[in-house]
Amino acid sequence: MESLRRIAAILWKELRQLRRDRLTFAMIIGIPTIQVLLFGYAIRQDVRHLPAGIADLAHTQSSRQLRLDAAASQVVDIVKEAAGAGELEAMLEHGEIAVGIYVPPDFERRLIDGRPAAQLLIDGSDPVYGLTARALAELPVGPRRGVAAGRGAPTFELRTYYNPEARSEVNIVPALIGVILTLTMVLFTAVAIVRERERGNLELLITTPVRSIELMAGKIVPYVLIGLVQVTLILIVGAAVFQVPVRGRVVDLYLAALVFIAASLSLGLLISTAAKTQFQSVQMTVFFFLPSLLLSGFMFPFVSMPAPARFVGELLPLTHFVRIVRGIVLRGAPLGDLSGEIWPLLAFFASSLTLAILRFRKRLD
Amino acid sequence: MNGEAAVVTRGLTRRFGAVLAVDHVDLEIPKRRVWGFLGPNGSGKSTTIRMLCGLLDPTEGEVKVLGLEMPRDAERLRRRIGYMTQRFSLYEDLSVRENLSFMAEIFGVERRRRKARMVELIDRYELESFAARRAGTLSGGQRQRLALAAATLHRPELLLLDEPTSAVDPQSRREFWQSLFSIVDDGATVLVSTHYMDEAERCHGLVILDAGRVVASGTPRELMEAVKSAVVEIETADTQAAQQRLEGQSGIESVTQLGSRLRVLVAAEVSDPEAQVERRLRVQGSDAVVRLARPTLEDVFVAATAPARASRAAARAS
Repeated sequence: MESLRRIAAILWKELRQLRRDRLTFAMIIGIPTIQVLLFGYAIRQDVRHLPAGIADLAHTQSSRQLRLDAAASQVVDIVKEAAGAGELEAMLEHGEIAVGIYVPPDFERRLIDGRPAAQLLIDGSDPVYGLTARALAELPVGPRRGVAAGRGAPTFELRTYYNPEARSEVNIVPALIGVILTLTMVLFTAVAIVRERERGNLELLITTPVRSIELMAGKIVPYVLIGLVQVTLILIVGAAVFQVPVRGRVVDLYLAALVFIAASLSLGLLISTAAKTQFQSVQMTVFFFLPSLLLSGFMFPFVSMPAPARFVGELLPLTHFVRIVRGIVLRGAPLGDLSGEIWPLLAFFASSLTLAILRFRKRLD
Repeated sequence: MNGEAAVVTRGLTRRFGAVLAVDHVDLEIPKRRVWGFLGPNGSGKSTTIRMLCGLLDPTEGEVKVLGLEMPRDAERLRRRIGYMTQRFSLYEDLSVRENLSFMAEIFGVERRRRKARMVELIDRYELESFAARRAGTLSGGQRQRLALAAATLHRPELLLLDEPTSAVDPQSRREFWQSLFSIVDDGATVLVSTHYMDEAERCHGLVILDAGRVVASGTPRELMEAVKSAVVEIETADTQAAQQRLEGQSGIESVTQLGSRLRVLVAAEVSDPEAQVERRLRVQGSDAVVRLARPTLEDVFVAATAPARASRAAARAS
């Protein structure tokens, strides 16, 4: 009972301070809004309308259909005609096109045989082109510029599931929930505790009956609420500006977000036990944030990363949350089907919270 | 209240790496008194206080505070002590009243008593006129009254104050000390560290610390009477020349300038110290007037810390 009273006292104090701290308050609202708009717009323009060249050596009705389908997808704009594979390669080399479509003379024959019917030549030097190729054809894309084999007609039906128009913002915006929560949740908690240490408040608090766990709980709960506010904000901006639909249950999404917020907050707590100044805690947050951004599958497809990067990625909460959130928002998957991604988040939460409590001694040294 | 001491330590020691911050300190501080820790910066005052309230663990030695074994019983002690840090450590972005009610909740002051207690403290420490203002906008003296009110909300039996008056004007300091005595009248014990002599002189008892060691302790009067060195005061136009003349001479423990006067501590074994000093100055043919003086607390402090200073100087010279 007394313990609850102390937690409540810290909680109210924290909310009151938060309301008075204009900068943090602005960050709570500003970071999600600005990031969603930035990522949404920037990446949309990059991924569509890639310049493409085609070398159609078959000149059949199917090959012409293929060409029309490719253009209709809006993923590529066919801007060049080539006489053969060699010319396509040269165009790629010179950067005139990003994608080359090679239709061999025996196109029809190959289709009938079920052999790879056509080839996609992709400039792999930009990972975004790799992403596009994925939308064009379900092929494993190597990092090198080269020749990837198509698997015949089905490949070029250009059927992309869950995001039929290949609009990347539909992919990006839900995952941004995770990215933004990682940044703000870890940062806010780490800073909130380190600030008390820096300003000397902690020296006083340590000599009071407050227990470490009460202090942590009282400081964390307000940020859980803030995290949920941010989730809501991102969903609203996503729906209003980018028409990102939520196919799954909203309750599932919030439950998953809650688990992810808990994992991020516990990491923030852990950082706060190691950082001596607010600046250090910001540095540590960035140190964690960058790999999360790069290795989680948010920016680059997880499957095309090398094994060590995938291993690190699997350890990061964001990786699992990106899968969960894409599953719920885009595929409409129920949370139960995603339990394989929930467990790692819970494990991360439990282990970093335990470490944080062990490290946070009620002593000054 | 029984006669048991509020604080007892035996061989209390604290190291920070290679640095010996507190070196085998023995203390016995009686209840219902204002007891002072006097010492220069880095003498171990803050470290000692922090060990007494459980902020730091001792490296060695025994500590008993209000009959509780420290640091083992630290959690039990927390309700019974109040601590005021050197730096203002309440929340600057909360108002005076918000800070007080936060601390009341933290200390578990009963809800129905809380209101009355807050009104009482706001009145006692004259915080009424800015009760709604943020603590960050208060002056040094006002902040310190707020900090004292917060530290005494839960009626602690022992109040530990770490250099509480370092950012406060003299008028506020005087009022502050008055409040300490009323706290003692209410039955609490106050332990305060300071480097101001006038404050030290107000304490019931003093512990003088230097380089982590207790170099003298007792009531201010006892300490002044126990000064073995003779105190000689010199009045001269050329204080600088006289000081140069005397410093480092055998039998001269210290020379301190006070305006146009010099205060000289002469070792106890020197017979007729007045004449000795005069003889040394006459050589120069100065206008100096020399007379014996009564030791003040400052002399006590200088005499007590002189041996350690001398050995430090010797260590630097070698």
